[in-house]
Amino acid sequence: MNVLSVTNLRKVYGATVAVDGVSFKVSPNEIVGLLGPNGAGKTTTINMILGVLEPDLGTIQIEGMDIATNRSKVLQRTNFAAVYAPLPGNLTVYQNLKIFGLLYGVKDLSERIGELLQEFDLVRFRNAKSGVLSSGEQTRLGLAKAMLNRPRLLLLDEPTASLDPAVAREIRAKIKEFAKSGEGGVLWTSHNMFEVEEVCDRVLFLSKGKILLEGDPKTLPREHKKKTLEELFITVAREPLTLETA
Amino acid sequence: MFHWNRIFAVVLRQFYLMRGSLSRVLPLFVWVAVDIILWGFITRYLNSLTSSAFRFVPMLLGAVLLYDFFIRVMQGVTMTFFEDVWSRNFLNVFSTPISIYEYVTGLVISSIASSAIGLAVMFALASFAFGFSFFTYGAMLAPFLLILFLFGIALGIFASAVVLRFGPATEWFIWPIPAFISPFAGVFYPISTLPRWMQYVSIILPPSYVFEGVRKVVSGSEISGNSLLTGGLLAGLYIILSCWFFAWIYRQAVRSGLIARYSAESVS
Repeated sequence: MNVLSVTNLRKVYGATVAVDGVSFKVSPNEIVGLLGPNGAGKTTTINMILGVLEPDLGTIQIEGMDIATNRSKVLQRTNFAAVYAPLPGNLTVYQNLKIFGLLYGVKDLSERIGELLQEFDLVRFRNAKSGVLSSGEQTRLGLAKAMLNRPRLLLLDEPTASLDPAVAREIRAKIKEFAKSGEGGVLWTSHNMFEVEEVCDRVLFLSKGKILLEGDPKTLPREHKKKTLEELFITVAREPLTLETA
Repeated sequence: MFHWNRIFAVVLRQFYLMRGSLSRVLPLFVWVAVDIILWGFITRYLNSLTSSAFRFVPMLLGAVLLYDFFIRVMQGVTMTFFEDVWSRNFLNVFSTPISIYEYVTGLVISSIASSAIGLAVMFALASFAFGFSFFTYGAMLAPFLLILFLFGIALGIFASAVVLRFGPATEWFIWPIPAFISPFAGVFYPISTLPRWMQYVSIILPPSYVFEGVRKVVSGSEISGNSLLTGGLLAGLYIILSCWFFAWIYRQAVRSGLIARYSAESVS
Protein backbone atom coordinates (compact mmCIF):
# COMPACT_ATOMS: atom_id res chain seq x y z
CA MET A 1 0.00 0.00 0.00
CA ASN A 2 1.22 3.49 -0.81
CA VAL A 3 2.16 5.68 2.11
CA LEU A 4 0.72 8.70 0.28
CA SER A 5 -1.66 8.93 -2.66
CA VAL A 6 -2.51 12.36 -3.98
CA THR A 7 -5.13 12.45 -6.73
CA ASN A 8 -6.07 15.40 -8.91
CA LEU A 9 -5.31 17.98 -6.24
CA ARG A 10 -6.34 21.55 -7.01
CA LYS A 11 -6.22 24.79 -5.02
CA VAL A 12 -7.20 28.21 -6.32
CA TYR A 13 -6.73 31.56 -4.55
CA GLY A 14 -8.89 34.11 -6.32
CA ALA A 15 -7.52 34.25 -9.86
CA THR A 16 -4.32 32.35 -8.95
CA VAL A 17 -4.25 28.61 -9.52
CA ALA A 18 -1.70 27.50 -6.90
CA VAL A 19 -2.03 23.75 -7.50
CA ASP A 20 -3.63 22.42 -10.65
CA GLY A 21 -4.57 18.76 -10.92
CA VAL A 22 -1.54 17.29 -9.15
CA SER A 23 -1.42 13.49 -8.71
CA PHE A 24 1.43 11.42 -7.32
CA LYS A 25 2.27 8.63 -4.91
CA VAL A 26 4.92 7.92 -2.29
CA SER A 27 5.70 4.27 -1.55
CA PRO A 28 7.10 2.81 1.68
CA ASN A 29 10.90 3.25 1.94
CA GLU A 30 10.83 5.82 -0.84
CA ILE A 31 12.13 9.40 -0.75
CA VAL A 32 10.36 11.58 -3.29
CA GLY A 33 11.65 15.04 -4.11
CA LEU A 34 9.09 17.76 -4.81
CA LEU A 35 11.00 20.33 -6.82
CA GLY A 36 10.17 23.59 -8.47
CA PRO A 37 10.82 27.33 -8.43
CA ASN A 38 9.38 29.61 -5.77
CA GLY A 39 5.63 29.85 -6.21
CA ALA A 40 5.37 26.54 -8.05
CA GLY A 41 2.93 25.15 -5.47
CA LYS A 42 5.22 22.92 -3.37
CA THR A 43 4.36 24.38 0.04
CA THR A 44 0.68 24.64 -0.87
CA THR A 45 0.73 20.93 -1.72
CA ILE A 46 2.47 20.10 1.58
CA ASN A 47 -0.01 22.23 3.54
CA MET A 48 -2.90 20.33 1.97
CA ILE A 49 -1.28 17.00 2.88
CA LEU A 50 -0.83 18.29 6.45
CA GLY A 51 -4.54 19.10 6.70
CA VAL A 52 -4.03 22.83 7.35
CA LEU A 53 -5.30 23.79 3.91
CA GLU A 54 -8.41 22.37 2.29
CA PRO A 55 -8.13 21.46 -1.39
CA ASP A 56 -10.80 22.73 -3.78
CA LEU A 57 -10.69 19.42 -5.60
CA GLY A 58 -8.95 16.07 -5.29
CA THR A 59 -8.18 13.56 -2.58
CA ILE A 60 -5.27 12.88 -0.24
CA GLN A 61 -4.91 9.41 1.22
CA ILE A 62 -2.30 8.37 3.75
CA GLU A 63 -2.01 4.59 4.09
CA GLY A 64 -5.37 4.32 2.36
CA MET A 65 -7.18 6.72 4.71
CA ASP A 66 -8.63 9.96 3.39
CA ILE A 67 -7.49 13.02 5.33
CA ALA A 68 -10.85 14.71 4.73
CA THR A 69 -12.70 12.02 6.70
CA ASN A 70 -10.00 10.64 9.05
CA ARG A 71 -8.01 13.74 9.91
CA SER A 72 -6.80 12.75 13.40
CA LYS A 73 -5.92 9.15 12.47
CA VAL A 74 -4.08 10.26 9.36
CA LEU A 75 -2.11 13.01 11.11
CA GLN A 76 -1.07 10.57 13.84
CA ARG A 77 0.91 8.78 11.09
CA THR A 78 2.34 11.97 9.60
CA ASN A 79 4.84 14.57 10.70
CA PHE A 80 6.77 17.41 9.16
CA ALA A 81 9.65 19.78 9.50
CA ALA A 82 9.93 23.09 7.71
CA VAL A 83 12.38 25.91 7.99
CA TYR A 84 9.49 28.42 8.23
CA ALA A 85 7.76 26.62 11.11
CA PRO A 86 10.19 26.69 14.05
CA LEU A 87 9.03 25.32 17.37
CA PRO A 88 8.05 27.95 20.01
CA GLY A 89 11.24 29.69 21.11
CA ASN A 90 9.90 30.38 24.61
CA LEU A 91 9.87 26.67 25.50
CA THR A 92 12.93 24.52 26.15
CA VAL A 93 13.98 21.73 23.82
CA TYR A 94 12.62 19.12 26.22
CA GLN A 95 9.33 20.98 26.79
CA ASN A 96 8.73 21.30 23.05
CA LEU A 97 9.35 17.60 22.49
CA LYS A 98 7.16 16.68 25.46
CA ILE A 99 4.23 18.79 24.25
CA PHE A 100 4.39 17.60 20.65
CA GLY A 101 4.87 14.03 21.89
CA LEU A 102 1.60 14.36 23.81
CA LEU A 103 -0.15 15.90 20.81
CA TYR A 104 0.94 12.98 18.63
CA GLY A 105 0.09 10.42 21.36
CA VAL A 106 3.64 9.00 21.50
CA LYS A 107 3.98 5.99 23.80
CA ASP A 108 6.88 5.83 26.30
CA LEU A 109 7.43 9.50 25.60
CA SER A 110 10.29 10.19 28.01
CA GLU A 111 12.28 7.31 26.55
CA ARG A 112 11.56 8.48 23.00
CA ILE A 113 12.63 12.03 23.80
CA GLY A 114 15.89 10.69 25.27
CA GLU A 115 16.57 8.70 22.08
CA LEU A 116 15.92 11.70 19.84
CA LEU A 117 18.03 14.07 21.95
CA GLN A 118 20.92 11.61 21.48
CA GLU A 119 20.23 11.01 17.81
CA PHE A 120 20.09 14.70 16.90
CA ASP A 121 22.91 15.74 19.23
CA LEU A 122 20.63 17.88 21.38
CA VAL A 123 21.38 16.43 24.83
CA ARG A 124 23.37 19.48 25.97
CA PHE A 125 20.51 21.77 24.88
CA ARG A 126 17.84 19.75 26.71
CA ASN A 127 16.95 22.61 29.07
CA ALA A 128 17.85 25.49 26.75
CA LYS A 129 15.09 27.69 25.35
CA SER A 130 14.56 26.74 21.70
CA GLY A 131 14.68 30.40 20.68
CA VAL A 132 18.31 30.80 21.72
CA LEU A 133 19.52 27.86 19.61
CA SER A 134 21.40 28.53 16.38
CA SER A 135 19.42 28.02 13.19
CA GLY A 136 21.18 24.69 12.63
CA GLU A 137 20.30 23.51 16.14
CA GLN A 138 16.70 24.64 15.65
CA THR A 139 16.56 22.65 12.43
CA ARG A 140 17.80 19.58 14.30
CA LEU A 141 15.13 20.16 16.93
CA GLY A 142 12.48 20.45 14.23
CA LEU A 143 13.64 17.16 12.76
CA ALA A 144 13.64 15.51 16.20
CA LYS A 145 10.03 16.67 16.60
CA ALA A 146 9.24 15.34 13.12
CA MET A 147 10.56 11.90 14.12
CA LEU A 148 8.75 11.79 17.51
CA ASN A 149 5.83 9.63 16.37
CA ARG A 150 7.89 7.47 13.96
CA PRO A 151 5.74 8.79 11.11
CA ARG A 152 4.74 6.68 8.12
CA LEU A 153 4.81 9.84 6.03
CA LEU A 154 7.49 12.42 6.70
CA LEU A 155 7.13 15.80 4.99
CA LEU A 156 10.28 17.87 4.83
CA ASP A 157 10.17 21.38 3.40
CA GLU A 158 13.80 22.44 2.80
CA PRO A 159 15.00 20.67 5.94
CA THR A 160 18.69 21.39 5.43
CA ALA A 161 18.37 25.00 4.22
CA SER A 162 20.09 26.53 7.24
CA LEU A 163 22.62 23.79 8.02
CA ASP A 164 26.35 23.79 7.36
CA PRO A 165 27.50 21.14 4.86
CA ALA A 166 28.78 18.73 7.53
CA VAL A 167 25.56 18.78 9.55
CA ALA A 168 23.46 18.72 6.38
CA ARG A 169 25.22 15.52 5.33
CA GLU A 170 24.50 13.92 8.73
CA ILE A 171 20.85 14.92 8.50
CA ARG A 172 20.56 13.50 4.98
CA ALA A 173 22.06 10.25 6.25
CA LYS A 174 19.55 10.10 9.10
CA ILE A 175 16.61 10.69 6.80
CA LYS A 176 17.86 8.07 4.34
CA GLU A 177 18.21 5.67 7.23
CA PHE A 178 14.67 6.52 8.38
CA ALA A 179 13.29 5.75 4.92
CA LYS A 180 15.27 2.56 4.39
CA SER A 181 14.99 1.01 7.85
CA GLY A 182 11.32 1.53 8.67
CA GLU A 183 8.13 1.45 6.67
CA GLY A 184 7.86 5.18 6.17
CA GLY A 185 8.09 7.31 3.06
CA VAL A 186 9.42 10.83 2.70
CA LEU A 187 8.27 13.78 0.61
CA TRP A 188 11.16 16.24 0.42
CA THR A 189 11.38 19.73 -1.04
CA SER A 190 14.74 21.33 -1.61
CA HIS A 191 16.45 23.84 -3.86
CA ASN A 192 19.78 22.04 -3.43
CA MET A 193 19.99 19.79 -6.50
CA PHE A 194 23.14 18.05 -5.29
CA GLU A 195 21.24 17.01 -2.20
CA VAL A 196 18.19 15.93 -4.16
CA GLU A 197 20.30 13.76 -6.44
CA GLU A 198 21.98 12.15 -3.44
CA VAL A 199 18.85 11.52 -1.39
CA CYS A 200 15.79 11.14 -3.58
CA ASP A 201 14.69 7.96 -5.30
CA ARG A 202 12.34 9.90 -7.52
CA VAL A 203 11.63 13.56 -8.22
CA LEU A 204 8.58 15.52 -9.33
CA PHE A 205 9.12 18.88 -10.99
CA LEU A 206 6.30 21.34 -10.29
CA SER A 207 5.79 24.44 -12.37
CA LYS A 208 2.82 26.81 -12.06
CA GLY A 209 0.96 24.27 -9.96
CA LYS A 210 1.36 21.35 -12.36
CA ILE A 211 3.70 18.37 -12.40
CA LEU A 212 5.87 18.93 -15.43
CA LEU A 213 8.38 16.10 -15.11
CA GLU A 214 8.78 12.97 -13.03
CA GLY A 215 11.60 10.47 -12.80
CA ASP A 216 14.90 9.30 -11.38
CA PRO A 217 17.02 12.33 -10.45
CA LYS A 218 20.12 10.56 -11.76
CA THR A 219 18.76 9.91 -15.25
CA LEU A 220 16.18 12.67 -15.70
CA PRO A 221 18.65 15.39 -16.83
CA ARG A 222 20.02 13.17 -19.66
CA GLU A 223 16.50 12.25 -20.76
CA HIS A 224 15.87 15.96 -21.32
CA LYS A 225 19.27 16.71 -22.82
CA LYS A 226 20.59 18.54 -19.79
CA LYS A 227 23.93 17.98 -18.12
CA THR A 228 22.82 18.30 -14.50
CA LEU A 229 19.70 18.33 -12.36
CA GLU A 230 20.39 21.97 -11.60
CA GLU A 231 20.35 22.82 -15.30
CA LEU A 232 17.06 20.99 -15.64
CA PHE A 233 15.68 22.87 -12.63
CA ILE A 234 16.63 26.21 -14.19
CA THR A 235 14.91 25.23 -17.43
CA VAL A 236 11.77 24.27 -15.50
CA ALA A 237 11.87 27.61 -13.70
CA ARG A 238 12.56 29.82 -16.74
CA GLU A 239 11.33 27.99 -19.81
CA PRO A 240 8.79 25.37 -18.72
CA LEU A 241 7.12 25.45 -22.16
CA THR A 242 10.25 24.07 -23.86
CA LEU A 243 9.92 20.97 -21.69
CA GLU A 244 6.17 20.66 -22.12
CA THR A 245 6.57 20.59 -25.89
CA ALA A 246 9.72 18.41 -25.87
CA MET B 1 -13.85 11.14 20.92
CA PHE B 2 -11.65 13.35 23.15
CA HIS B 3 -8.01 12.39 23.62
CA TRP B 4 -7.01 13.79 26.98
CA ASN B 5 -3.29 13.63 26.22
CA ARG B 6 -3.79 16.27 23.52
CA ILE B 7 -5.85 18.49 25.83
CA PHE B 8 -3.21 18.00 28.52
CA ALA B 9 -0.54 19.13 26.02
CA VAL B 10 -2.29 22.52 25.59
CA VAL B 11 -2.59 22.96 29.38
CA LEU B 12 0.98 21.77 30.04
CA ARG B 13 2.35 24.22 27.49
CA GLN B 14 0.68 27.07 29.40
CA PHE B 15 2.01 25.72 32.71
CA TYR B 16 5.55 25.58 31.32
CA LEU B 17 5.28 29.15 30.04
CA MET B 18 3.92 30.50 33.32
CA ARG B 19 6.43 28.60 35.43
CA GLY B 20 9.29 30.10 33.51
CA SER B 21 8.04 33.67 33.16
CA LEU B 22 7.38 36.24 35.87
CA SER B 23 5.74 38.53 33.31
CA ARG B 24 3.04 35.91 32.73
CA VAL B 25 2.49 35.12 36.42
CA LEU B 26 2.40 38.69 37.78
CA PRO B 27 -0.72 39.81 35.84
CA LEU B 28 -2.65 37.09 37.66
CA PHE B 29 -2.07 38.98 40.92
CA VAL B 30 -1.08 42.55 40.17
CA TRP B 31 -4.29 43.96 38.65
CA VAL B 32 -6.38 42.18 41.26
CA ALA B 33 -4.21 43.65 44.00
CA VAL B 34 -4.39 47.15 42.48
CA ASP B 35 -8.19 46.93 42.25
CA ILE B 36 -8.48 45.70 45.82
CA ILE B 37 -6.34 48.56 47.14
CA LEU B 38 -8.06 51.22 45.01
CA TRP B 39 -11.64 50.12 45.62
CA GLY B 40 -10.92 49.06 49.17
CA PHE B 41 -9.96 52.62 50.10
CA ILE B 42 -12.76 54.16 48.02
CA THR B 43 -15.34 52.04 49.84
CA ARG B 44 -13.73 52.82 53.21
CA TYR B 45 -13.95 56.53 52.39
CA LEU B 46 -17.57 56.22 51.25
CA ASN B 47 -18.42 54.38 54.46
CA SER B 48 -16.96 57.28 56.46
CA LEU B 49 -19.14 59.80 54.58
CA THR B 50 -22.43 58.15 55.34
CA SER B 51 -23.88 57.17 58.65
CA SER B 52 -26.45 54.88 57.06
CA ALA B 53 -26.24 51.13 57.36
CA PHE B 54 -25.49 50.88 53.68
CA ARG B 55 -22.53 48.55 53.20
CA PHE B 56 -20.21 49.78 50.45
CA VAL B 57 -17.58 47.08 50.89
CA PRO B 58 -19.62 44.06 49.78
CA MET B 59 -21.53 46.20 47.28
CA LEU B 60 -18.68 47.93 45.47
CA LEU B 61 -15.49 46.09 46.38
CA GLY B 62 -17.28 42.75 46.05
CA ALA B 63 -18.69 43.71 42.66
CA VAL B 64 -15.28 44.90 41.43
CA LEU B 65 -13.68 41.64 42.51
CA LEU B 66 -16.38 39.54 40.87
CA TYR B 67 -15.90 41.50 37.66
CA ASP B 68 -12.13 41.01 37.98
CA PHE B 69 -12.78 37.29 38.24
CA PHE B 70 -14.79 37.40 35.00
CA ILE B 71 -11.93 39.29 33.26
CA ARG B 72 -9.34 36.74 34.53
CA VAL B 73 -11.44 33.88 33.13
CA MET B 74 -11.78 35.54 29.73
CA GLN B 75 -8.10 36.42 29.60
CA GLY B 76 -7.16 32.91 30.73
CA VAL B 77 -8.62 31.64 27.45
CA THR B 78 -7.30 34.42 25.22
CA MET B 79 -3.78 34.42 26.74
CA THR B 80 -3.41 30.69 26.13
CA PHE B 81 -4.56 31.20 22.54
CA PHE B 82 -2.35 34.26 22.03
CA GLU B 83 0.71 32.21 23.00
CA ASP B 84 0.20 30.28 19.75
CA VAL B 85 -0.32 33.55 17.86
CA TRP B 86 2.81 35.17 19.30
CA SER B 87 5.02 32.13 18.71
CA ARG B 88 3.55 31.59 15.20
CA ASN B 89 2.75 28.06 16.21
CA PHE B 90 -0.51 27.39 14.34
CA LEU B 91 1.07 25.33 11.58
CA ASN B 92 2.85 23.10 14.11
CA VAL B 93 -0.22 22.67 16.35
CA PHE B 94 -2.93 22.25 13.74
CA SER B 95 -0.93 19.76 11.69
CA THR B 96 -1.00 17.39 14.69
CA PRO B 97 -3.96 15.06 15.35
CA ILE B 98 -5.54 17.52 17.84
CA SER B 99 -9.15 18.37 16.99
CA ILE B 100 -10.45 21.90 17.24
CA TYR B 101 -12.70 20.93 20.17
CA GLU B 102 -9.77 19.34 22.04
CA TYR B 103 -7.79 22.53 21.46
CA VAL B 104 -10.61 24.74 22.76
CA THR B 105 -11.07 22.44 25.78
CA GLY B 106 -7.36 22.88 26.49
CA LEU B 107 -7.81 26.67 26.41
CA VAL B 108 -10.75 26.40 28.84
CA ILE B 109 -8.90 24.16 31.32
CA SER B 110 -5.89 26.49 31.23
CA SER B 111 -8.25 29.34 32.06
CA ILE B 112 -9.82 27.41 34.96
CA ALA B 113 -6.35 26.93 36.45
CA SER B 114 -5.20 30.54 36.05
CA SER B 115 -8.49 32.11 37.17
CA ALA B 116 -8.59 29.83 40.23
CA ILE B 117 -5.22 31.25 41.26
CA GLY B 118 -6.53 34.78 40.72
CA LEU B 119 -9.65 34.00 42.77
CA ALA B 120 -7.61 32.60 45.64
CA VAL B 121 -5.47 35.74 45.70
CA MET B 122 -8.62 37.90 45.70
CA PHE B 123 -10.06 35.97 48.64
CA ALA B 124 -6.86 36.31 50.64
CA LEU B 125 -6.04 39.96 49.89
CA ALA B 126 -9.57 41.36 50.22
CA SER B 127 -10.09 39.53 53.48
CA PHE B 128 -6.69 40.48 54.93
CA ALA B 129 -6.66 44.14 53.86
CA PHE B 130 -10.32 45.20 54.09
CA GLY B 131 -12.05 42.44 56.00
CA PHE B 132 -14.17 41.56 52.99
CA SER B 133 -15.24 37.99 52.46
CA PHE B 134 -17.00 36.61 49.39
CA PHE B 135 -18.91 34.41 51.82
CA THR B 136 -20.96 37.52 52.62
CA TYR B 137 -22.97 36.46 49.58
CA GLY B 138 -23.76 33.12 51.21
CA ALA B 139 -24.91 30.29 48.97
CA MET B 140 -25.46 32.77 46.13
CA LEU B 141 -21.69 32.99 45.66
CA ALA B 142 -21.69 29.71 43.72
CA PRO B 143 -24.18 30.76 41.00
CA PHE B 144 -22.58 34.22 40.81
CA LEU B 145 -19.15 32.71 40.12
CA LEU B 146 -20.55 30.05 37.79
CA ILE B 147 -22.39 32.56 35.58
CA LEU B 148 -19.36 34.87 35.38
CA PHE B 149 -17.09 31.91 34.70
CA LEU B 150 -19.24 30.58 31.86
CA PHE B 151 -19.61 34.00 30.26
CA GLY B 152 -15.86 34.67 30.63
CA ILE B 153 -15.12 31.38 28.85
CA ALA B 154 -17.62 32.17 26.08
CA LEU B 155 -16.20 35.64 25.54
CA GLY B 156 -12.62 34.30 25.59
CA ILE B 157 -13.43 31.72 22.90
CA PHE B 158 -15.25 34.35 20.82
CA ALA B 159 -12.31 36.77 21.13
CA SER B 160 -9.84 34.04 20.13
CA ALA B 161 -11.92 33.29 17.04
CA VAL B 162 -11.88 36.98 16.09
CA VAL B 163 -8.07 37.09 16.33
CA LEU B 164 -7.82 33.85 14.35
CA ARG B 165 -9.93 35.39 11.60
CA PHE B 166 -8.60 38.94 11.48
CA GLY B 167 -4.99 38.39 12.50
CA PRO B 168 -2.66 39.14 15.41
CA ALA B 169 -3.14 42.94 15.24
CA THR B 170 -6.80 42.57 16.31
CA GLU B 171 -5.77 41.44 19.77
CA TRP B 172 -5.86 45.15 20.70
CA PHE B 173 -9.61 45.10 20.10
CA ILE B 174 -9.91 42.19 22.50
CA TRP B 175 -8.33 43.63 25.66
CA PRO B 176 -10.94 46.42 26.15
CA ILE B 177 -14.00 44.15 25.68
CA PRO B 178 -14.65 43.78 29.46
CA ALA B 179 -14.45 47.57 29.86
CA PHE B 180 -17.05 48.01 27.08
CA ILE B 181 -19.37 45.48 28.70
CA SER B 182 -19.06 46.84 32.23
CA PRO B 183 -21.42 49.88 31.87
CA PHE B 184 -24.16 47.59 30.50
CA ALA B 185 -23.58 44.90 33.14
CA GLY B 186 -24.41 47.27 35.99
CA VAL B 187 -21.34 46.42 38.01
CA PHE B 188 -21.66 49.55 40.17
CA TYR B 189 -25.30 50.62 39.78
CA PRO B 190 -28.72 49.04 39.25
CA ILE B 191 -29.71 48.35 35.65
CA SER B 192 -32.75 50.61 36.19
CA THR B 193 -30.33 53.57 36.31
CA LEU B 194 -29.54 53.05 32.63
CA PRO B 195 -31.48 54.57 29.73
CA ARG B 196 -33.93 52.21 28.10
CA TRP B 197 -31.74 51.22 25.13
CA MET B 198 -28.88 50.29 27.45
CA GLN B 199 -31.24 48.21 29.55
CA TYR B 200 -32.13 46.19 26.46
CA VAL B 201 -28.43 45.39 26.03
CA SER B 202 -28.17 44.46 29.71
CA ILE B 203 -30.91 41.88 29.31
CA ILE B 204 -28.70 39.77 27.05
CA LEU B 205 -25.60 40.08 29.25
CA PRO B 206 -25.30 37.34 31.93
CA PRO B 207 -23.15 39.48 34.30
CA SER B 208 -26.03 41.97 34.68
CA TYR B 209 -28.06 39.22 36.41
CA VAL B 210 -25.15 38.56 38.76
CA PHE B 211 -24.65 42.19 39.78
CA GLU B 212 -28.36 42.76 40.27
CA GLY B 213 -28.23 39.67 42.49
CA VAL B 214 -25.24 41.01 44.43
CA ARG B 215 -27.12 44.22 45.25
CA LYS B 216 -30.15 42.24 46.39
CA VAL B 217 -28.09 40.00 48.67
CA VAL B 218 -26.33 42.98 50.26
CA SER B 219 -29.57 44.90 50.77
CA GLY B 220 -31.18 41.81 52.28
CA SER B 221 -33.81 41.41 49.53
CA GLU B 222 -34.74 38.10 48.04
CA ILE B 223 -33.10 37.06 44.79
CA SER B 224 -35.26 35.71 42.04
CA GLY B 225 -34.12 32.19 41.16
CA ASN B 226 -35.50 32.73 37.67
CA SER B 227 -33.25 35.73 37.20
CA LEU B 228 -30.10 33.74 38.04
CA LEU B 229 -31.34 30.84 35.96
CA THR B 230 -31.78 33.20 33.00
CA GLY B 231 -28.23 34.48 33.48
CA GLY B 232 -26.91 30.91 33.66
CA LEU B 233 -28.85 29.76 30.60
CA LEU B 234 -27.70 32.79 28.63
CA ALA B 235 -24.07 32.11 29.60
CA GLY B 236 -24.48 28.44 28.60
CA LEU B 237 -25.99 29.50 25.27
CA TYR B 238 -23.05 31.85 24.64
CA ILE B 239 -20.60 29.00 25.33
CA ILE B 240 -22.31 26.87 22.68
CA LEU B 241 -22.43 29.77 20.21
CA SER B 242 -18.80 30.76 20.80
CA CYS B 243 -17.56 27.15 20.32
CA TRP B 244 -19.57 26.93 17.12
CA PHE B 245 -18.19 30.31 15.99
CA PHE B 246 -14.58 29.28 16.72
CA ALA B 247 -15.00 25.98 14.84
CA TRP B 248 -16.61 27.84 11.90
CA ILE B 249 -13.81 30.42 11.76
CA TYR B 250 -11.25 27.60 11.94
CA ARG B 251 -12.90 25.76 9.03
CA GLN B 252 -12.91 29.00 7.02
CA ALA B 253 -9.23 29.51 7.88
CA VAL B 254 -8.37 26.00 6.66
CA ARG B 255 -10.32 26.67 3.46
CA SER B 256 -8.72 30.05 2.79
CA GLY B 257 -5.18 29.07 3.79
CA LEU B 258 -5.13 31.44 6.76
CA ILE B 259 -3.87 28.78 9.20
CA ALA B 260 -0.90 28.05 6.97
CA ARG B 261 -0.22 31.73 6.32
CA TYR B 262 -0.05 32.51 10.04
CA SER B 263 3.29 30.72 9.84
CA ALA B 264 4.37 30.99 6.25
CA GLU B 265 3.61 32.78 3.01
CA SER B 266 2.33 29.69 1.29
CA VAL B 267 -0.29 31.00 -1.07
CA SER B 268 2.15 31.81 -3.84
